[in-house]
Amino acid sequence: MTDTTPTLHGIARPSAQEAARHLARRKRRQRRLVAYGLAAIAFAFLMLAILVGSLVVSGAKAFVQTHVTLEVFVDPAEIRADRLPRGGFKDVLQAALQKQIPGIEDRKDAKRLLGILSNGAQFMLRDMVVADPSLIGETIKLTVPVSDPYDQLAKGEIDPETPEEFRRLKDDEIAWFRTLEEKGLVSMPFNWALFTNADSRFPELAGLKGALMGSFWALLVCFVISFPLGIGAAIYLEEFGRKNRVADIIEVNINNLAAVPSVVFGLLALAVFLGWFGLPRSAPLVGGMTLALMTLPTIIIATRAALKAVPPSIREAALGVGASNQQVVFHHVLPLAMPGILTGTIIGLAQALGETAPLLLIGMNAFITSAPASPMDAATALPTQIFIWADSPERGFVARTSAAILVLLGFLIAMNALAIFLRARFERKW
Amino acid sequence: MDASNPATALAIDETAEAEGRVKIMARGVNVWYGDTHAIKDVSVDILDRTVTAFIGPSGCGKSTFLRCLNRMNDTIDVARVTGEIRLDGEDIYAPGVDPVQLRARVGMVFQKPNPFPKSIYDNVAYGPRIHGLARTRADLDRIVEDSLRRAALWDEVKDRLNEPGTGLSGGQQQRLCIARAIATSPEVLLMDEPASALDPIATAQIEELIDELRENFSVVIVTHSMQQAARVSQRTAFFHLGELVEFGETPQIFTNPRDPRTESYITGRIG
Ligand SMILES: Nc1ncnc2c1ncn2[C@@H]1O[C@H](COP(=O)(O)OP(=O)(O)OP(=O)(O)O)[C@@H](O)[C@H]1O
Ligand SMILES: [Mg+2]
Repeated sequence: MTDTTPTLHGIARPSAQEAARHLARRKRRQRRLVAYGLAAIAFAFLMLAILVGSLVVSGAKAFVQTHVTLEVFVDPAEIRADRLPRGGFKDVLQAALQKQIPGIEDRKDAKRLLGILSNGAQFMLRDMVVADPSLIGETIKLTVPVSDPYDQLAKGEIDPETPEEFRRLKDDEIAWFRTLEEKGLVSMPFNWALFTNADSRFPELAGLKGALMGSFWALLVCFVISFPLGIGAAIYLEEFGRKNRVADIIEVNINNLAAVPSVVFGLLALAVFLGWFGLPRSAPLVGGMTLALMTLPTIIIATRAALKAVPPSIREAALGVGASNQQVVFHHVLPLAMPGILTGTIIGLAQALGETAPLLLIGMNAFITSAPASPMDAATALPTQIFIWADSPERGFVARTSAAILVLLGFLIAMNALAIFLRARFERKW
Repeated sequence: MDASNPATALAIDETAEAEGRVKIMARGVNVWYGDTHAIKDVSVDILDRTVTAFIGPSGCGKSTFLRCLNRMNDTIDVARVTGEIRLDGEDIYAPGVDPVQLRARVGMVFQKPNPFPKSIYDNVAYGPRIHGLARTRADLDRIVEDSLRRAALWDEVKDRLNEPGTGLSGGQQQRLCIARAIATSPEVLLMDEPASALDPIATAQIEELIDELRENFSVVIVTHSMQQAARVSQRTAFFHLGELVEFGETPQIFTNPRDPRTESYITGRIG
């Protein structure tokens, strides 16, 4: 272009070189901005990859569990139908092991031999026999988890090269286990117990069922309380309440409430729900009520934003055909705001799912070996279970802690993905 | 009232008042948006079975005054309305009056098309539904079809009544809004530039509709088209800077305006 006509305002146009320089500078700036953005995203991804990667590396082993399969003769001399559920189940198991590894006469050694099996093995056998007493006198194939040290050995976590006195397993114990391995009796199936068992002192028996159920009940209570209350409050504030000083003060306080550290809500719940109302400690009901306090402002804020995003022309149209305020809200505004409300709610619940401090304060970090059947039963939740396991000294809990974190992250990712899906699916362009 | 103001004198049609043909009577109406004085002491009689046109340059307060007539200004927090507006002799700003009932009687078509993000059918059926105008599904179907036919939209949408109203073109959306407004059979229909997004054919159809509606209703139309005002209205009000400058029979306003401002506007000198 060789445009030499002056601009509208009578100023000479920039020369070709000036224009080219200007363009080059603008392009450079844009490239730099894009580079910063990419670098930031790459950094975030790297951090995420390191986090998830390290969890997978340390947690993967908790998703499988070493089992040993034994031929167990349910000796009528040890176990009598009329004495059930008592009986010499330990002795029967010990005999079964001794049959596989002959030559152990010393009583102490025999006892150590039984240590290969999880402490829960005798109870599994007992439950089988109690359920079907006709097994007495039979020889049955029994697959039971091995105890934590042997599980670690099978997973290569115990180095036979370290001097014996620093090792959890002695040379002969390692040899016994190798014998079982050579006989093909050792297997390493998927660790269903991680999801079907409640907590236990023994890592090989410990599972997340109690924590999952606890989190489920707590979130359900949290949702049931905070969803209707939050939407109701937001509708009132946004659609019906007067816009005056009081409304401003309420708005500021709701925003403040959303920023209050969660441990404060825990203390409040401790004082009010447990102290005054006398609700049970460690109950998901109380956990859910506490989480609801925290989720409520999130839902109110998200709902108000979603209501505000509905264009005023829709309200005018409805008012114009003679709809009442209530009809305008419930027929038009609320349905249009619903995707935004649901997205905010799910994100609020995901936050609640990961919340630890308030649950610790109301005692949801107790050691409880059965899953809660109702929100009133004592229970743990996923994050507090992680807290408990991370605090346990047994080697087997290290991997289980990572595995539990992975399970929690899985739920969080699923919930956030659902929120994104809802937003993408129902988002409206005006 | 200031009898020396010729506009005020003209706006009040004493013979019509005597004959009881006044549908809406406005006296000394003022509107403020915060500190902005948007409507200044306007007095108008809107006659029954008559089309009244509001004309005037952009920003002079036509929409504002129109919105006073069905209390749509109630929804604007900063808006304040004083003065007296009577529908069939009842003060619509009296404390006991329910604006919802009022808006069922005084329908409105807005300046920008604003269909609900629902199906075409539901857009038209919404008003009759909430006011319980149809006893059976067949009644409702009839109302919907009749309204869409009158709004000159039926042929274009009869095969896709279940598709969203927001999927129509701008002009079709506006006709849908007109159909929605007449579906409740309002006694007065307020139309804020209903034809500004329409092509000449659709415009002609809407003008025909307005003429038809006049047999039963009173219509107030805001328009920027002098020709349209001249074609469809019997009476015309000219607003300027929030004041009602002149109000009278349409032929008189266009052929023999009394106020020099009216004359310069209709001849294209104020705009
Ligand atoms: N919601 C509002 N808040 C504040 N001021 C407003 C509002 N609506 C209108 N106004 C002001 O009131 C005056 C009249 O506006 P109005 O919309 O009634 O004009 P109009 O005659 O309809 O114009 P147009 O022909 O462009 O539609 C304008 O000065 C405008 O700025
Ligand atoms: Mg306007």
